[in-house]
Amino acid sequence: MEITEFAPITAAIGGALIGGAAVMLMALNGRIAGISGIVAGIMAPLRGEGRADFSWRLAFVAGLVLAPLIVGLFSQSLVAVATPHPLWMMAIGGLFVGYGVRLGSGCTSGHGVCGVARFSRRSIAATATFMATAIVTVLILHGLAGY
Amino acid sequence: MALRGIEMRTLSALVAGLIFGLGLTVSGMINPAKIISFLDIAGKWDPSLLVVMAAALAVASIGYRIVLSREKPAFEPSFSLPTNSVIDRPLIVGSALFGVGWGLAGLCPGPAIAAAALGHVEIYAFLIALVAGMLLKDGLKRA
Repeated sequence: MEITEFAPITAAIGGALIGGAAVMLMALNGRIAGISGIVAGIMAPLRGEGRADFSWRLAFVAGLVLAPLIVGLFSQSLVAVATPHPLWMMAIGGLFVGYGVRLGSGCTSGHGVCGVARFSRRSIAATATFMATAIVTVLILHGLAGY
Repeated sequence: MALRGIEMRTLSALVAGLIFGLGLTVSGMINPAKIISFLDIAGKWDPSLLVVMAAALAVASIGYRIVLSREKPAFEPSFSLPTNSVIDRPLIVGSALFGVGWGLAGLCPGPAIAAAALGHVEIYAFLIALVAGMLLKDGLKRA
């Protein structure tokens, strides 16, 4: 198991940037910075739905992808990625996340940050739910299944 | 409003996405090991994610309060906010499934996409399955 260190300062700076980006998108475009909704919107033309919001959504995702590349120019340690669980678990996890965020109308960003910041009852319930099942999943994987 | 053909709302989304991604990167949230260390409350617990959430919520709750008291956003005619306030079955079942996947992979959609250009096979496996899972749900809804 990878051991990671508690890093409160970079966590607080990073969190403030995430919150700031969400406020910016609301102030300028009037939109919730929910990543799963944005990605689903990009795929909407595949289902024959409108592409009115296609370009801003794609631009947001482009910014997201670009960010670690820029950080990587200054610090390799900040862009270090370690995946403690096996590849098959990443794939099964992706399926659960993809289906779950669409059924539940949001993920960590849309519900966990933007929704809770608006004191939305739905988002608070969603965040409590996915936090709980994620913790139980890891407890089972590490405690019982031996991963 | 347009700047040489590029709409302002597209440019603003690019910058917002960039700042969001910088936040995810600086805080270490693109690293699945850090997410799993947070979720593993019985192991060597890493509470970083909690600090990230708290800081993001502090900024966003105050910022939203100020912004949403305005008449409209800068580059759109109105704010697009969810109006549903019912805690229903799809919300809870979907969030529960999402949490299971989050625990299995240590990734949620934002960090996975942010890490897309870093060249890790594990991230690509997650991303392909993520898109498949989303299409599975949205495709079923359309049919």
